[in-house]
Amino acid sequence: MNSLDPRVTRLDLKKVAEGDVHTNSHLITWEVFHQEKRGKQVVHAGIVHASTPEMALVVAKEVFGRRGKTSNLWVAKTSDVYTFPAEDEDIFETTPEKTFREPGSYKVRDRIEKFQQQHKTEA
Amino acid sequence: MYGSTNLSEEDAKRMNSTIEDPEKLEVFETRIANGEKIEPGDWMPVEYRKQLIRMIEQHAHSEIVGALPEGTWITRAPNFRRKLALVAKVQDEIGHGQLLYSAAETLGKTREQMLDDLLNGKSKYSNVFNYPAKTWADIAVIGFLVDGAAIVNQVINSKGSYGPYCRALERICYEESFHLKQGHDNVVYLATGSKYQREILQDAINRWYKPLLHFFGPPDKQSAHSEKLMKWKVKLASNDDMRNQFLDQYVPKIWELDISFPDPNLKKNNDGIWEFSDPDWDEFKRVINGGGPCNAERIEVRRYAEEAGRWVRNALMKKDEKYVTPLA
Repeated sequence: MNSLDPRVTRLDLKKVAEGDVHTNSHLITWEVFHQEKRGKQVVHAGIVHASTPEMALVVAKEVFGRRGKTSNLWVAKTSDVYTFPAEDEDIFETTPEKTFREPGSYKVRDRIEKFQQQHKTEA
Repeated sequence: MYGSTNLSEEDAKRMNSTIEDPEKLEVFETRIANGEKIEPGDWMPVEYRKQLIRMIEQHAHSEIVGALPEGTWITRAPNFRRKLALVAKVQDEIGHGQLLYSAAETLGKTREQMLDDLLNGKSKYSNVFNYPAKTWADIAVIGFLVDGAAIVNQVINSKGSYGPYCRALERICYEESFHLKQGHDNVVYLATGSKYQREILQDAINRWYKPLLHFFGPPDKQSAHSEKLMKWKVKLASNDDMRNQFLDQYVPKIWELDISFPDPNLKKNNDGIWEFSDPDWDEFKRVINGGGPCNAERIEVRRYAEEAGRWVRNALMKKDEKYVTPLA
């Protein structure tokens, strides 16, 4: 092939171009977790394809650690990550009457003032 | 860089005839109307999944094919700093391809299937990458104007409804802002340089003008519409609106350098709408369907990479590992 790119011109493209496209089997995917700074939480960033955890880390470094700050990356096989089914999202909903769990529902100032008022009168 | 959100007429027809579970559809549409994101495990209409795969896949292909015309110039960059910047940019484009293939994979199509479909011609990529980068000025124009056009498109799409695609686009836009800046720097240096430098810049602008107008797809009145895609926030702005935004942002930045566009009718009207001559939409169709000056070379180079790298992938493959669809 006569290309503007001398490297392309040097390749024997014709030979491979005659072969059929055939689907590869797949390298597995790894879920990548990114930590921006020491002391910060580790957050899911995306996925990479690799055959070993070491290779997954190398690829993850290129894809997710190229810009900005990174202090560490974690990888885990996609098949090793367990999740709730998406349609069960409602199990995390809470009810409005569970105010006993909220700090704002504990208000004692009025009671203290009433107590002090009465106490003074009695004395 | 970027892929297009244009529907074929066939797709548009099917889109309006597929029947979905009305209850689930209502929950899905309410969620989108409320500005919530759709995540991979969620219920989604068949056509939503299909159009997203098509769009994200095209976008991914555009990134890795787009690296080819630019990669050509790495060995011939005019100085070391420009060479380093170009290497970093090309690496970014491949990284963007990785992010986008991953986003499409969460919808159920494997990366290998997408790469095969690129090679066998079933899936497309952006028209602009089928034109040659003849001189160093082409690299300046690609970096500034092609990436500028891509950013217009990607910023808009990052407000879409599919979570993994939006997250990938946010990361991509962040990195592309460097591409744009170095492209502008490159254009300005050529424009303020020698007579020869100005000549090659003007020549490159002349050649890229039409492909850039083509980039956003056919005019609204000629393209197959889908209100559903708008409602589902798969498509967020019309082709004409995006093209207008691009012209508004970038034409003045070329004009201020006393470089012109090869179109006497290019001007902004009082209502803020840019006018331009018909950029030959038949050429657009011809190039998208394989008839551009570099289509054959782009695909053959990809195919070579695929074949030449096969033994490496085979050596890495572990037969007992089973691929599962990634999570997010």
